[in-house]
Amino acid sequence: MNLLEARTITKRFANHVALNGVSITVPEQSVFGLLGPNGAGKTTLIRIINMISVPDEGEILIHGESLHKKLIEKIGYLPEERGLYKKMKVGEQALYLARLKGLSHSDAIRKLKYWFEKFELMGWWNRKVEELSKGMQQKIQFIVTVLHEPKLLIFDEPFSGFDPINASLIKDEILRLKENGATIILSTHNMASVEELCDHIALINKSKKILEGRVKDIKYSYKANVYQIEITGCDKLLQDTLNHDFQVLEETRDENILKARIKILNEKSTNELISVLMQYGNVHAVQEIIPTMNDIFIAKVNSDTVQYKNSKQDLTE
Amino acid sequence: MTILGPLLMAGLMIVPYYVSKLDKEQKVIDVLDETGIFYNLGSNETVKFNYMFTDIETAIKNFDQSKTTALLYIPKTSLIEPTNAILYYSDKQPGNTVTSYIEDKMKYIYENKKLLELYGIDKQKIDETKVSINISSENIKTGEKNIPIATTLLGLFAGFLVYLSIFMYGSQVMRGVIEEKTSRIVEIIVSSVKPFQLLLGKIVGIALVGLTQFLLWIVLTLSIVVVFQFTVGSKDGNIVKSEQAQFAQPSNTLVPENVHTQSVQDEDSEQVMTLMKNFGSYDYTLIISLFLFFFLFGYLLYAALFAAIGSAVDNEADTQQFMLPITIPLIMSFVLISPIIENPQGPIAFWLSIIPLTSPIVMMVRIPFGVPLYELLLSMGLLVLGFLACTWLAAKIYRTGILMYGKKISYKELWKWLKY
Repeated sequence: MNLLEARTITKRFANHVALNGVSITVPEQSVFGLLGPNGAGKTTLIRIINMISVPDEGEILIHGESLHKKLIEKIGYLPEERGLYKKMKVGEQALYLARLKGLSHSDAIRKLKYWFEKFELMGWWNRKVEELSKGMQQKIQFIVTVLHEPKLLIFDEPFSGFDPINASLIKDEILRLKENGATIILSTHNMASVEELCDHIALINKSKKILEGRVKDIKYSYKANVYQIEITGCDKLLQDTLNHDFQVLEETRDENILKARIKILNEKSTNELISVLMQYGNVHAVQEIIPTMNDIFIAKVNSDTVQYKNSKQDLTE
Repeated sequence: MTILGPLLMAGLMIVPYYVSKLDKEQKVIDVLDETGIFYNLGSNETVKFNYMFTDIETAIKNFDQSKTTALLYIPKTSLIEPTNAILYYSDKQPGNTVTSYIEDKMKYIYENKKLLELYGIDKQKIDETKVSINISSENIKTGEKNIPIATTLLGLFAGFLVYLSIFMYGSQVMRGVIEEKTSRIVEIIVSSVKPFQLLLGKIVGIALVGLTQFLLWIVLTLSIVVVFQFTVGSKDGNIVKSEQAQFAQPSNTLVPENVHTQSVQDEDSEQVMTLMKNFGSYDYTLIISLFLFFFLFGYLLYAALFAAIGSAVDNEADTQQFMLPITIPLIMSFVLISPIIENPQGPIAFWLSIIPLTSPIVMMVRIPFGVPLYELLLSMGLLVLGFLACTWLAAKIYRTGILMYGKKISYKELWKWLKY
C-alpha cells in the first residue's frame, strides 16, 4: 500500500520551472530518500506536499485521498531552514508548537516530558532558546516534528548541525519511528545516511525526476560487473596476461599483494574469473563492486546534466 | 514599556508641579533706590523686597552679613533715559522668575510715571480701555459651539496620536515578521497554519496589544495622578491656599500697580477656564469611537503593508527602500496638518481625508471642526475598502516573501510576486 503518491506535479515560478511533471510513490512504513543536487526542486516538492505551496498541475494523494488541510495534521515536517523564537522559553515554545499541531495541553505536556527526558533536555525547559547550542535547538525541532505522532514524517537535511553522536541518535530514532509504523521522506545530501536508512529513493535533477526505485534494485542495476581482487605470488602484471574476456581497469602493488579492479566481459561468470586468476597465484579476495549511492548520484546527475545541456543546444540551434 | 509608560507620563505631570512647589521658597531682596520712585515693587510667592535707605558702599558691605538673596541697586537717573541705569548684585543667582518679575514691575512703574508726568495720562485709564475679544463659532443647525483654539488642539492631538500609533505598532508588526523570517521559524509555523492566517494573527494580535496598552496607559496614568492628588497634592493644595491668603492681605493695601498683575492673572486663568470649558463641550463618545475606528483601520491597513515589507527583506537594514512609499503618505498627512487646520473644509482637507492612506490622520484632525456626515461615511467606507485591498496585496507578497532567503528583492520582483 502506498502512503503518498505525487502525480505529475508541475510548479512554475516567474523565471523558471521548479518541478516539471514529477511523480513519486512512497510506500507505507518505509524510508523514502528524496535526492538531488542543490536547486533541483526538492524543497519545492516538499512544500507542495505540506500544502505550503500549491502546484500548477498535478495532485498529491495520501492513502488515495486528495490532499486537504485535515490530512496535513497527520504530517510532521522538519524544514531545512528551521529555527525557533529566540527569546521564548524552550518548554513554552515546544508546547506552543505542539498545540499548533492540534495536541491538547495535557497530552502535549506528557509527550514533551517523555521526549525531553529521552534527549536529556529536561533541565533546559525554562531556559531561553538563545541559550541553547545549535545541536540542542535541532533536537527540540526534531521533538516538535515527531511529537504528534504523524503518519508521514518529512525530514529536510535532518542531520545538519549534529555531531556524529547526536546524528546517530537521530538515525536510530528515525528507524524506530519506521518500526512503529510511520512513513518517512528524507531529503539529504548525506549519501552515507541514505545507504543506511532509505528503502526507496527518487533522484531529481533540473526539476525532473531522473531515477526512482528500491535502493537495492538501483544499486544492482548500476553494478558494472567489476570485481576487486587481491592476489599473491604473481610477478607479472595481470594486464598483460589476462585474455580478452577480462579487462583490468586498475592495478596496484602493495608489497607482494597485487590489487586490481577487473571488469568481466563477454558474459563470463565470477567462477571463470577465479579459475583464471588461480593460474597466476594465490587468490586472497574476490569481491564484486556494488556502486555506492554516492557514485550513482554523481554519475546519473552528470550524464543527465550533459543531456540537458545538449538538448538546450539543440533547441537553440 | 507597558508599566513604565504610565509612570513616566504621571511623572511628567507630577514632577514639574512638585519642582515648582519647591521653587516657591520666597526670596528676600534688598532694594537701594536712589530715584525714590520704586518704593513699591509689590511681592509675590517667590519674591519680597526690603527697602534700604543708605548709600551703595554700606549696602554692599552689609550685604555679605545679611541673609537676603540679592541687592537691587537703582542709581539716580533721568526720567527720559532710565533703562541701563539699573544694577543688580548677587552672590547666588536668584533666577529668571525673579529678574523678570522685577523688570516687569520697574517697567510698569516707569511707564506709569512717564505717562503721568510727561503727558498727564493715568495708566489705569489705559488699562481700563483694554478689551478682550473671543470669537466663537456655532453650528447654525445643531447649535454646537466650536472654539477654534480648543478645536485645533483636539484635532492636533487626535491626529498626532493616530500618526504615532500607526508608526509604532506598524513597525512592531514589521519587526515581528522579520524576526520570524530570520529566526527561520516561519516554515515550521506555516506547515501548521496558512501564511494568511499567520499574517492576520500577527496583525490582530498586535492591534490587541496596542489597544490594551492604550487602555492601561490611560487608566494607570489617571490613577497615579488621582492618587497623588489625594495624598500629597491635597496637603500641598492647602499650603498654596494659605500662602495666597497671606499675600492677598498686603497686596490689597498697596497702590494700584498690584491690581494690574492680578487682573492679568485673572485674565489668564479665565482663558484657561474657558478653554477647559470648551474642551468639555465636545461629544467625546463620538470622537473617541471615531478615533478607535480610524486608529484601528488605519493601523490594519498600514500593518498589512509593513508586514509585506518585513516578509520581503532578510533584515531590518534592508527595509529602507520599501519603507519610503509607505511613510510618505503618513508624513505628508502629518506635515499638512497645519494648512488643514487653517482651512478644515478646503479641498486639501477634503481629498486627504477621503483617500484611505492619509484619511486616518487627516480625518481625525478635521473631526472636531465638524465634518458632513456623507464625507465621514465615504471616508470610513473607503478606508475599510483600502484595508481589504492592502491586506489582499500584502498577503500575496507575504506568502512568497517569508520563504525567500538570501535574495535582494527589487520592486520588479515584488510586482512578480503580486501576479502569482
